[in-house]
This record gives sequence, C-alpha cells and structure tokens, in this order.
Amino acid sequence: MSAATAHEAAATAAPMAAPQAAAAWPFLQMVNVSRRFGSLKAVDDVSFDMAAGELRAVIGPNGAGKTTFFNLISGLLPPSQGRVIFDGEDITRRSIAHRVAKGIVRTFQITEILPDLSVFENIRVGVETARGINARPWIGRGERIAVNRRIEELIAIVNLTDKARRIVGELAHGDQRVVEVAVALSVGPRLLLLDEPTAGMGDSETEHMVDLVRRLHSDQGVSVLFIEHDMDIVFGIAQRITVLDRGRVLADGPPEQISADPQVRAAYLGEAE
Amino acid sequence: MTRAATIAAMWIALIALPWWLPLIGGYTALGSKVLIYAIATMGLNLVLGFTGGLSFGQAAYFGLGGYGAGMTLKYLVPSTPLAILIGTLVGGLAATILGPLVMRRRGIYFAMITIAIGQLFYFVIVRWNEVTGGEDGLAGFGRQDIHLGNVVIPLTDVNFYYLVLLCFTVAVAVMWTLLQSPLGHTWVAIRENRRRLQFLGVRPERYVWASFAIAGFITAFAGTLNALLFNFTSPQDLHWILSGDFVIMIVLGGMRSFFGPLIGVIIFVVAQDYLSSLTDNWMTFIGLIFVLIVLLFPRGVFGIFDRRAKIA
Repeated sequence: MSAATAHEAAATAAPMAAPQAAAAWPFLQMVNVSRRFGSLKAVDDVSFDMAAGELRAVIGPNGAGKTTFFNLISGLLPPSQGRVIFDGEDITRRSIAHRVAKGIVRTFQITEILPDLSVFENIRVGVETARGINARPWIGRGERIAVNRRIEELIAIVNLTDKARRIVGELAHGDQRVVEVAVALSVGPRLLLLDEPTAGMGDSETEHMVDLVRRLHSDQGVSVLFIEHDMDIVFGIAQRITVLDRGRVLADGPPEQISADPQVRAAYLGEAE
Repeated sequence: MTRAATIAAMWIALIALPWWLPLIGGYTALGSKVLIYAIATMGLNLVLGFTGGLSFGQAAYFGLGGYGAGMTLKYLVPSTPLAILIGTLVGGLAATILGPLVMRRRGIYFAMITIAIGQLFYFVIVRWNEVTGGEDGLAGFGRQDIHLGNVVIPLTDVNFYYLVLLCFTVAVAVMWTLLQSPLGHTWVAIRENRRRLQFLGVRPERYVWASFAIAGFITAFAGTLNALLFNFTSPQDLHWILSGDFVIMIVLGGMRSFFGPLIGVIIFVVAQDYLSSLTDNWMTFIGLIFVLIVLLFPRGVFGIFDRRAKIA
C-alpha cells in the first residue's frame, strides 16, 4: 500500500519534475565506474542510470561497496576508472562544491551535524549557503527575515518545530538524523543521497524518517537515492532497487523483479530470511 | 540580570573606571592595558573560539601593530590617528598575506605554522636593529595630542584611557556584527564540523583565511594602542610567550563566549600586576589560578553564564 501511495504522489509531483524528466539525457549516470583501494576493488565496473524524480534504494550485504558508490557520486572520492555524469554534465573530476551547486547533496552513515548549535542554527548555515550570502560580513533586516522564514519552513517540513531551539548534540539520535536531512534539504537538493537514514533508530523514529523521505520525494520533488538495510523500508517505498554485491551491480529493477530474482535471493535476501 | 542589563552595567563601570579604579589601589593605565589586551584577545578569539583554529602566534600581529605605530611616530609623522591606522594596516596585511599558508592546516599543524610565522617576525624585528632598536626595543617616540579642528586634546593618562575605550567600543561593535552575520555563522560551522560544511558546497579554507586576516587586523589595532600606552614597544610584544598568554587569557575567561576573553584578561592582568609587586614567582600563582579555573569551569569563567555551559 505504501509503495502505491508513493507512486501516486510521484505522479502528482510530476509537473514539478517535468523539465528534468523531459531532458534527453539520464539524470544521474555512471559509466563503467571502478574504485580500487590497493588490491581491493570496492566498486568494480559499475554502470548505473537514474531518472529524475525517482525514489531509488541501493542495497547489498556489508562490504558490497554501497558507501564507496555514494562517495563517488558526491565527490568525496575520485573514481579509479569510468565517468560520472549528472544532468548532462561530466562531473567525474568536479569538486564537491560544484556538485552541490548542481544539486547533489548527501547525508552520512555517521551523522554529520553541528553538535553545539541549535536545530535553528544548523539549518541557518544551509539556508545562508543556498542564498549565496555566506561570505557577507553583515546582514540586513530584510535578508534576516527572509532567512528566518525559510528556516522555520524547513523546520516545519521535518516536524521539529517544538525542538527548534534545542542544541542538536543533546537531541535523541533519531532527531539528529532528521536534522541532518533538514540541513541537506536547506541547500535545495535535486538529488538527495541518504546513507542509511534509519540506522540505529527505534521503531517510531524509523517511521518518522520513512515518512519524511517519502514526503521529500513527493511534496518537494526531490529525487532520492538511499542506502538501506531494512528490507521492509526498501520494498515499502523504493520505486526501483539497485543491488550491489562485491562492488558489482547484481540486479537492478522494480521491487517485484528484485524480490523474484534468484541471484539476489541467493546472494542476499536468502541470508536475511 | 538580563544580558542587556549586564552589558549596560559593564559599560557604565568602564566609563567610570578612572574614578573608581584608584580607590581600590589601581591606576588608569592598568585599565587601558586591560582594554587593549581585551581587544587583542577578543580578536584572536574570532579564530580560536569561533572558527576553531588554534592560532598560537597571534602576538606577532600585536607586535607588528606596535612597531608600525611606533615607527610611524618616530620616522614618518607625529600623528596619533595615523600611527594607529598605519600600525593596524601593517599587522593586518601581514596576517592577510600569510593567511593562505595557514588556512589549509588543521589542529596541531595550524598551531605549529602560526607559531613558526610568529617567531619569524620576532627574529626580523630583533635582527633589524638599526631601525627597530633590536633587543632593546623601540623607544624615542611619544603619543601626540589629538587635533580635532581647533580643539586640541592632550593625551593624558585619563584621556588616553578614553581613546582606548572608544577603540574598544568600535572593535566590539565590529566583532559583534561579524559574529551575527552569515560570515560569522560560517566560521562557527567550520569549528563545529568542516565536513558537513564542505558537503553543503562551502570551501572552508577561504573563510578560515578571512577569520585569520580579520583577527590579525584587530590584534594589530590593539598592538598600536599598546605601543602608545607605554610610548615604547619591544620584541617581547611579538614573542610566542605573549601569544601563549593571550591563549591562556581566553581559556580563563571562556573561548565560546563573546566577552569571555575580557574576563580572562581582567583576571590575568590584574593578578599579574598585584602578584608581581609581591613576589618574583607571580607566574606560579597565575598557573595555579589557571589550573583551578580549568578544573572548576571547563568552559572558562564566563561559561557559568552560558546557556550551553555544562560541566561534564
């Protein structure tokens, strides 16, 4: 049921994503990408396509190369071979800042936040970055009001209004992860990369995060690529699933196809069940 | 007391200082020294406390400001405002030019390179003794009366104190505005988590450079006033020992709070002044005070007023 609502929501959000979807090139494309660490091939000759407006999961056993895969897209690591193309531009050798400016924004497996600052202040940095005013040594009243309004808006989207003034380092783990997503959202992503968004969360926290990811995709028109270990979540919300195993793409397709794939069942799902 | 009331009370105390300080055994020049060091340490704290860069060579810019002001008066023009302006530019530009060497370093490497650069300036001043006076320091200049149209203000100790208070007020206004600005927010974010900022598309190095350069200008500004206070400046004003004292003052007062360094300076300078008249081993007592404060108030004395202060 949840997958169906996500599909419907994506359909209603389609007009927003239309200019991207209508383009002749794929939104995100990786062409024969490899990344070696010494003799280890963490990502081995991976080719990958993702359309604009997709909500896609990346799954695979530990050590399958999922996080390395994210590092190659977000620019933390350069590939040893191959090309990464985003929205028609070859970004293989481009900086992190350039990729963020193009709309590729990520979160991390281990939460990266500004621990001694409040939720409001964490998001403020992102909003000021998005407005391109980071380097300004003063701020006018009008600008300040606009910035604050946008922060309040983002805090409302992630349902943290009652915790806006709390210090992030003192919040529960689940809330910290939500703050990280809100900060990522504040710079206006077109492609959001979420590395295990529900890792280490309790049931209600997980539910909150899953609902948030689904809403970002449907209401905000953000394309989402996420790594996840919880199969209920993956099969509950992903429109497509890419399975990595030992650095290679084992399978790629809609959930029904993945759950029926004998190779996937043998390599991965079989172990989980 | 609310924050505004505390700050108002502080300003009233500073304005009235020439009246009350002598009553408790102090003297006006001591007040000037406290405010001058407060400007220097609050400037340094932009890098240390707010950007998270361990700058351990800040005295270099303080001293360059002092020599810039002294040499202006001695060799160029007998004008106090010009001496302050030129000294500030000399120290500030030195920090600006060297910023790119510093901005990519982190943690202990940031500390090492800032100390090394600081010592470099120290040796230049010591060696270039025909101009700087070498080890003996630069003397033979004096602060000049200020001419405002037809009005001449003689810079007596009390009037000079008010000039310093005016400079302190300007420096505080500039630093406060900076920390409320997007630039200031970016500095704090760098201190908190560089990687998060990088993945928001920000290149932290440039902002560290800006922080280091601005801190350099403010510390140099304080250095010019220091030279004018004593009509003298020496290589000790650039030495790493003074850099270390600046850091100690900041840690004493609280490096996470805006006015923390002022509190630290008061404790340090007053303790130094009183203790050194009692014993040659005054540094031992400063050390003892330092240890006690670090143990009792890990976030500095000002930390007790900070909403975020927590003793773990």
